Amino acid sequence: MTRTARAILRKDLRIELRTKESVPAMTLFAITVYVLFHFGLDRDSLDGELASGVLWVTLLLAAVIGVSRLFAAEREQGGIDGLLLAPVDQTALFVAKAAAMFLFLTAVELVAVPAFALLLLGPGLGGALPELLAVLALGNLGIAALGALVAALAAETRAPELIVPLLLLPLLVPVLIACAQATEPLFRQDAGPEDLGRWLGLLTLYDVVFVLLSVAVFDFLLED
Amino acid sequence: MYSKGLAPLAAATVVTVTAALSMVFFYAPNDADQGFVQKIFYVHVPMAIVALCGFIAGGVFAIRHLRSGDSSWDLRSYVAIHMSIILGVGVLVTGAIWAKASWGHWWVWDEPVLVSFLVVFLLYCVYYPLRFSIEDPGRQARYSSVFAIAAGAFVPLNFVAVRLAEAYTHPRVLSQTGGSMPGDMRLTFLVSIAGMALLFVTLWKLELTAKHASMQLKRLRNRARVAA
Amino acid sequence: MAAIELERLERRYGERVALAGVSARVEEGQTLAVLGGNGAGKTTLLRVLAGLLRPHGGSARVLGAALPGERWKLPARVGYLGHEPLLYRELSGRENLRYHAALHSVPHSRLETVLAALEIDHRADEPVRDLSRGLVQRLAIGRAILHDPPVLLLDEPRANLDPSAAELVEPLIGRSSGRTRVVVSHDVRSALEESDVALGLKAGRPAPVDAELYR
Repeated sequence: MTRTARAILRKDLRIELRTKESVPAMTLFAITVYVLFHFGLDRDSLDGELASGVLWVTLLLAAVIGVSRLFAAEREQGGIDGLLLAPVDQTALFVAKAAAMFLFLTAVELVAVPAFALLLLGPGLGGALPELLAVLALGNLGIAALGALVAALAAETRAPELIVPLLLLPLLVPVLIACAQATEPLFRQDAGPEDLGRWLGLLTLYDVVFVLLSVAVFDFLLED
Repeated sequence: MYSKGLAPLAAATVVTVTAALSMVFFYAPNDADQGFVQKIFYVHVPMAIVALCGFIAGGVFAIRHLRSGDSSWDLRSYVAIHMSIILGVGVLVTGAIWAKASWGHWWVWDEPVLVSFLVVFLLYCVYYPLRFSIEDPGRQARYSSVFAIAAGAFVPLNFVAVRLAEAYTHPRVLSQTGGSMPGDMRLTFLVSIAGMALLFVTLWKLELTAKHASMQLKRLRNRARVAA
Repeated sequence: MAAIELERLERRYGERVALAGVSARVEEGQTLAVLGGNGAGKTTLLRVLAGLLRPHGGSARVLGAALPGERWKLPARVGYLGHEPLLYRELSGRENLRYHAALHSVPHSRLETVLAALEIDHRADEPVRDLSRGLVQRLAIGRAILHDPPVLLLDEPRANLDPSAAELVEPLIGRSSGRTRVVVSHDVRSALEESDVALGLKAGRPAPVDAELYR
């Protein structure tokens, strides 16, 4: 399974590097949304819960863009037939697509989080960086797993770009809650983690449930 | 096939709902703070509980559908979710009325059950566009089942997450939904839940029977057209 | 045991019948020509044999693997050439084949042999979207035979190929390749010439191969 998953992942990464479609668009989108928030909230600097909320809502919206494109290459070359014709374990496909989404999100955040600190964050990032990274990692995992599932669900509908946001965003509300609550004390003037364990625990539970669930049902999405 | 036991079920529903309504109006005491309006709680909360159970039941039927490939399970799942969405509208409307009467606002973020219900409702509304934009009937059923399972697993997780969040920002304001209810209120409440649940199951069976009949009719029409 | 055995195969699309009562028997090394007008079910039959669609009734066995239960055995033994080339347009021919080689556990040397046999190695590093339809078709054929499958399922194999290219691919996917083949073609005469068994389809059901087939 891992060999197949690696082959699919390599193929998807190669296409992304060649076309440079998803990651730059997601990053640019995130920065644009920061500017929108600046004008919309009429604030130069944010801290605490406002900063946390703006960051995570922006990341979620950017993720929606990436998820809509996750099966685009397959859709364009005539559907997922190519995958079904190969001796591929469908779980491998899920793992590969979720891993791709995770890597895209990480790449986007490498630019988008420092950009956020530069543009909008009052206190600055230095305060509690390791904790922030932990939250980002677990949050990305949840977004990636659910993103792969939703992308596959939407892939065969008539208007996937409409269905993906409508499905993905409500399903990610627990991730948003946990990440925003966990990050809020990290963005205060006197930064320091508070109740981090509780929120990381919720994220872990969510990630475990949806990774297992997606692996269990993925087969039914591809067979005919 | 689906209408087995429908008559006694309908009878039980009528009895229980009548009992519940009488208890709400004549037996349960008027609330000290909120007065008569508080009685909407006997509709709002049972509706919410039954709707959430309906969503989870839809997920369970969906699991059986995927495992057996039998499309009758898909129909059961669809009708359960369909009816829970309709009940969901009722939950949000009665919740708004209650909020307006109690606090003067049409919506409050204080009550975690109501808030998490809003998220669940928004999610399940996507069931229709998802389902009806897939043309292949076999695929439509399978994908709907996958959605129903994911959404069903989501309901408890979401409830936990929202409750944790609200505990931080808003202190628990409402104690009636807690356990500290006087005996006569609790009895009325339980009978209301029973009535709502029975109503749901009866209507569910009714809709299943109706849909099944119309599908059979369509099948016969198709066969007649092909033979002609 | 025959290479392909179909017994009253059925496939529905909702309430509509796509295939019904289709039976056939193809021995190893033989070619079955599937003929019929548009919408007769030829492509559906091919996709069922490839394991892409599951049969709703009747029975089907490909190289001893029963469908749908043993569908997982098919990808290694079957080469499918459909309407879509199933190639990623942003990747080069070589990259596409390398990807499929990785999925099928095929060694690199085989990849180069196939590219050379199809005479596309000089353009194998250009993105597929820059290639002409004829070259894309050749690449698609390469993808189908990469894992050296004993059974070939070909939907209009010579589409977009000029006569010299058609000659080029003949030893790979033609009768002389020695593989068991199921060929869908609109060119009735040549299809019948190079086949051992013929199956006519009309509205998903078997029909005699005569002028009525295309009415």
